Amino acid sequence: MGIIIDKDTRAIVQGITGTQGSFHTKLMLEYGTKIVAGTSPGKGGTRFENVPIYDTVEEAQKEDPADASMIFVPAPFAVDAAMEAIDNGIKTIVIITEHIPIRDSISLMAFARENKAVAIGPNTPGIITPGECKLGIMPAHIFKPGSIGMISRSGTLTYEIAASLTGKGLGQSTCLGLGGDPITGLNFIDVLKMFRNDAHTKAVVLIGEIGGNLEELTAGYIEEEEYPKPVVAYVAGRSAPPGKRMGHAGAIIMGKAGTAESKIEAFKKAGVQVAEKPGDVAELMTKAFNSLSKKN
Amino acid sequence: MRLFEYEAKIILAKYGVPTPQGGLATNASQALEVASRLKPPFAVKAQVLVAGRGKAGGILFADSIDEVKGAAERLLNAQIKGMPVRSLWIEEKIRVKKELYFGITIDRFKQCYVAVASAVGGMEIEEIAAKTPEKVIKTLINPQQGFLPYQTKQIARKIGYSGAQISELGRAFERLYTAGKDYDAELIEMNPIVETTDGKFIAADARIIIDDNALFRHPEYKKRLLEGESELTLQELEAMKNDLAYVKLDGNIGVIGNGAGLVMATLDTIQYYGGKPANFLDVGGGAPSEKTALALKIVLSDRNVKALFINILGGITRCDDVARGILDARQKLGITKPMAIRLVGTNEEEGKKILDAAGIHAFDSMEETAQRVVEMSRGGS
Repeated sequence: MGIIIDKDTRAIVQGITGTQGSFHTKLMLEYGTKIVAGTSPGKGGTRFENVPIYDTVEEAQKEDPADASMIFVPAPFAVDAAMEAIDNGIKTIVIITEHIPIRDSISLMAFARENKAVAIGPNTPGIITPGECKLGIMPAHIFKPGSIGMISRSGTLTYEIAASLTGKGLGQSTCLGLGGDPITGLNFIDVLKMFRNDAHTKAVVLIGEIGGNLEELTAGYIEEEEYPKPVVAYVAGRSAPPGKRMGHAGAIIMGKAGTAESKIEAFKKAGVQVAEKPGDVAELMTKAFNSLSKKN
Repeated sequence: MRLFEYEAKIILAKYGVPTPQGGLATNASQALEVASRLKPPFAVKAQVLVAGRGKAGGILFADSIDEVKGAAERLLNAQIKGMPVRSLWIEEKIRVKKELYFGITIDRFKQCYVAVASAVGGMEIEEIAAKTPEKVIKTLINPQQGFLPYQTKQIARKIGYSGAQISELGRAFERLYTAGKDYDAELIEMNPIVETTDGKFIAADARIIIDDNALFRHPEYKKRLLEGESELTLQELEAMKNDLAYVKLDGNIGVIGNGAGLVMATLDTIQYYGGKPANFLDVGGGAPSEKTALALKIVLSDRNVKALFINILGGITRCDDVARGILDARQKLGITKPMAIRLVGTNEEEGKKILDAAGIHAFDSMEETAQRVVEMSRGGS
């Protein structure tokens, strides 16, 4: 179970013949993800790892319709690829590509909303429902099936925290990377709503970072809605100076807006447990689980 | 990428947004030449990429051409908040009745551009928002319809104007939006946009920040960033050219890691244990050994660095590759500074063996490594 993807998800890979696209297609197939087609304009009619390759998404959809697409296309062309997938009826788009201009992302998200498609990313490690389906570039061995939902703005920090949860015996329902850009298809609130309705998810980990005010808005949502599942958060960037972009396009403090302090304070006010260090998330989660089982 | 005021004003003028008549000068005689084409009095403005330039003495006024010369000489020999002044923008001084704020930025949550206006201008918008939030008017711009004329007029009304003035102000807003969109601005603002004593509107100061990811569409600015003047340090520039993300900080523990979030968390953990990070450096995914070597070179060019923390969580990155890269670089660069290395993930065992053979112990936990490197940074070595 989990959210958005599961064992029945059928995916295509756009940009399947590139270095990243081919490397990760192989790993996803090994994980058991059903990849039904790939696209690469000019390479239609060939195969990669026995997956048929088409020039266009339209042809791929005619042969064997998919419900998700992974985008490994270079930044200047990635939004066009995502729109192509949406226009051909695909409802889940995972955009791995980094460095997409904000103006292009804004157009893409408007197009996705209009067509009721879910866009994950850009600049995301993707999404994994452990044991069922992986649409992403994350190392699979650090995840295991379980009941914690994870939502994150960072790739490697997700791996860090997922590995420590797994190490403590705490498996995951679905782990989703929102992406490190200022404009992403999904935000924490969208995904919290999905986890709320997922019977397999018992608790949620949020991994935020400096920049913007999504964490503050999320804290407001958790407080107002009295979110029914325990939430543990970690926010990266307490030591980041203002005005400097910390790796991710979205990780920047503007003046006094977007600081880690403001986000941590908002989470605490909303009753969210906030970890001081990444390693503390698993411990706080174990405590949250223990108090859950006492209640039941 | 931040544009200089003069670059922003040239763009605004091109889009028909009213700006004061002016020109650029890099020495006093050029300044005189520019002033001779303008009507006095003049404003002589240092072109530096810092906020709060006016308060820091970066703007001088001159009533005559002679005074322009003195002002230009003074500014060109000055540093504004530590930044040397390499050029000046000389323009006609505006007769101010009222200072307003107008800008376009990104609303991350609503996934669109947002127009921000205020009847109070001249200071940072965050400051206006903090002091008088009720005076800040935000209008979302629908990506499909764009910024519509009625929206611009509504904004003009809300900041206190009526009659013909709302059309004039609205037109300036609309044109600013078009300029911002065409130049991929993540921020474009007129701060202040001034109502003059004769009831006209004019952008007295302008700021544009171009989305770094869109610089491939604006090669003239990309060239200026990479080859000319910018707010980046030499190391930051070197890193940028090689697709590494580097930010200099003021501590003494050099940090290298893979992944932006992981590196930020590493800095935070160092700070948690009482240490001070010297920098942020993300080598990214894959991280071939040449990249590791370059990262080490950049980090160690900071003389304050006393110890190094390398934090690698191998997913796509292979730990054995990183271990070899570190040893290669150590030898080539003659690195003698102590290193604390955390290495976990793909091919971890091999990576650790390679480091062990060279007498370097690699740790498993980020916390443990952070504690160790904080001790090293205090060791005086």
